Amino acid sequence: MLSRAADALFWLARNMERMDNLARLIEAAQSMAGVSSEAEEWRSALAAAGVDELYDETYDEITPDLAARFLSSGGVNPSSIINCLENARINARAIRTALTRDMWEAVNQGWIESRALTDDNFSPALLAETLDWVRTLSTRFSGAYETTMLRNENYWFVRLGTFLERADNTARILDVKYHLLLPRESSGVGGMLDYYQWTSVLRAVSAVRAYQWVYREEVRPWNVAELMILRTEMPRSLRACYDHIIYCLDQLAEIHGGKRGEAHRLAGAIAAELRFGRISDIFETGLHETLTTYIDRTRELGDQISNLYMR
Amino acid sequence: MREFFDEMYGADGEVRAAYTAIAAWLAETPPAVLETKREEAERLFRRVGITFAVYTEGGDTERLIPFDIIPRVLDADEWAFLERGLVQRVTALNRFLADAYGEREIVKAGKLTDEYIDTHPAYCPQMQGVAVPSGIYTHIAGIDLVRTGANDFYVLEDNCRTPSGVSYMLENRAVMMRLFPELFARVGVAPVARYPQDLLAMLRSLTTPIGEEPCVVVLTPGQFNSAYYEHSFLADEMGVELVEGVDIIVRDKKVYMRTTDGLKRVHVIYRRIDDDFLDPLVFRPDSALGAPGLMEAYREGNVALANAPGAGLADDKAVYMQVPEMIRFYLGEEPILKNVPTWDCANEGALAYVLDHLEELVVKETRGSGGYGMLVGPHATKKTRDAFAKKLRLNPSAYVAQPTLALSTCPTFAGDTAAGRHVDLRPFVLSGANGVRIVPGGLTRVALQEGSLVVNSSQGGGTKDTWVLRRNGGDR
Repeated sequence: MLSRAADALFWLARNMERMDNLARLIEAAQSMAGVSSEAEEWRSALAAAGVDELYDETYDEITPDLAARFLSSGGVNPSSIINCLENARINARAIRTALTRDMWEAVNQGWIESRALTDDNFSPALLAETLDWVRTLSTRFSGAYETTMLRNENYWFVRLGTFLERADNTARILDVKYHLLLPRESSGVGGMLDYYQWTSVLRAVSAVRAYQWVYREEVRPWNVAELMILRTEMPRSLRACYDHIIYCLDQLAEIHGGKRGEAHRLAGAIAAELRFGRISDIFETGLHETLTTYIDRTRELGDQISNLYMR
Repeated sequence: MREFFDEMYGADGEVRAAYTAIAAWLAETPPAVLETKREEAERLFRRVGITFAVYTEGGDTERLIPFDIIPRVLDADEWAFLERGLVQRVTALNRFLADAYGEREIVKAGKLTDEYIDTHPAYCPQMQGVAVPSGIYTHIAGIDLVRTGANDFYVLEDNCRTPSGVSYMLENRAVMMRLFPELFARVGVAPVARYPQDLLAMLRSLTTPIGEEPCVVVLTPGQFNSAYYEHSFLADEMGVELVEGVDIIVRDKKVYMRTTDGLKRVHVIYRRIDDDFLDPLVFRPDSALGAPGLMEAYREGNVALANAPGAGLADDKAVYMQVPEMIRFYLGEEPILKNVPTWDCANEGALAYVLDHLEELVVKETRGSGGYGMLVGPHATKKTRDAFAKKLRLNPSAYVAQPTLALSTCPTFAGDTAAGRHVDLRPFVLSGANGVRIVPGGLTRVALQEGSLVVNSSQGGGTKDTWVLRRNGGDR
């Protein structure tokens, strides 16, 4: 297939996944309404989305309405929900022939609907509805590609984009939230506020129920970290994402007559660490250090995939 | 009193045989149902993303071409006649192009001058003497036809470069079959769906057997081009790659595309970019839409291009006037399809006549297209006509004039009732080493404004599905 098409499919999937993660982030921040650290919560959401600096340049203070608008419909924010969808559609449109009709229709229909959602007519009252809409849209998109795409290169590049983006998002969310909680941890864990905040981390990856099913005990920081980094049954954990990434890269190597590159080596190394790692070791090294390393290496992996297939 | 030939009611107001089923269907279907179906059709088009861009307007660059749900019908005999005429005409156009870029017999015979050909803006000197596959230049031609009576069809324009609109022919049919399956059960309509396969077979025929499957691609300027939807649609329907300039590269006079598996050889390019942009080494140096070295690869015979560069020589309005003569000259046959009488304003006598009769003529730029820059005399105010006359006197050779044709009308859904609106027809003619083929039908464009004669989508025209009836249920 064309290198340009591989690149566009990869970024189409990444943008759709990023949009979905943004909706979860906003929802998690919203759930802290009325709690004393509300503004901090929004700051962490902005930081996890990587747009906190841009926000500070645009606004003087953090309010829930402004932050929610910035993340969802903000025209100046290149990674707002609305702009992710716009980017997704530009990529989709550039390679119409590589998409199934169902995939195209999911993206295009979403884009048509999204045009009503501009900065000007954003209203906090509509936010919940909008977030629901994003979830429906992203589910429709992944449903469309899972059920209609041939299992050829196209499919593996879409999957690769989805899981690479998801791994990146999970690492960022955990890192940012954990950072927020750090100062309080030294003064003793277990307060009501901590409970709320760790729950909000789980909520940002839609894993509150999952936590209960896996651990059957109150929310503890190391469990949350383990769930999001190492547990294979948690679909948004780094481990689960990397298992998928490895599989996609293996499929691509097979299609290309066994040809492998640095991308395969790097992904293999990361996946092995995640497979055999222990949460106690991670905390010993430092959670923040570990997560930063994963974020950097995931970015490096994206570059290597691009080197191998997309230019 | 009927000014125009109506394709459903004929000259006498009786429903013509070809429209029996349509008339019955219109009579029994309440307007509210038709309106619902029309809305559904629009939703379908928008969802699939069949849009085109209008350059002169700002804001929303993606618009839908309005679709009318009442089909336009031709019977089997009418189509057989048109088909013969189209094959003849396009064959002659290709013979002319081969001659103009070859021996110039037509000049030796005194019908055209070397100067006329050499100074034509669409003439491509780089093509002189190049051996093109099977001697064919316009592989995909769109011939615009209009009708003025039961047996009167005229060719309005030949489009020999990169005619567009075939995706509408196919999508219009698909939408109609989805909305009105019961109508297709009642009426035997010849299918058009094989067009992409015909196109692919034609493109493949342009390479000599090479022991491997020839690699065919569609070359597009990209997603911001007005016809991008069509480019991707055709590539998809043929199952070939849709490439942009950045995807192709020329090495050792051979063309390759960049793939996830390295470079892959390309044998045939169905290009949907203009000549000027094909190769910056030969044409516009600032073009990034084509590939440097493409023309050299082409001249070496290492890649086939459809349509051939320079094919536009055959489709301007001055050459148009010569086509009936070309048919006699190259084929030794009488033309089957008529030309519209045309006054070439470069000619002094013709200019005087045109200036005298502006209120009854249509004046077009010799080298214009798309309905821009034309004057429809009977519909223009005196002021507009006077202003146009001034332009005409300043540069007469830039214009030709034709009588205002009484374009046929076809019932068209206008809010709450079906009313006659003017239509034209663009069938698509494929010419390759495997012969000339036309799928039965084409793109019917309709002027949606009451009384309007301008069907161009850029000027508020819409489209209709075009039905060619099968001969007594036979599979024509």
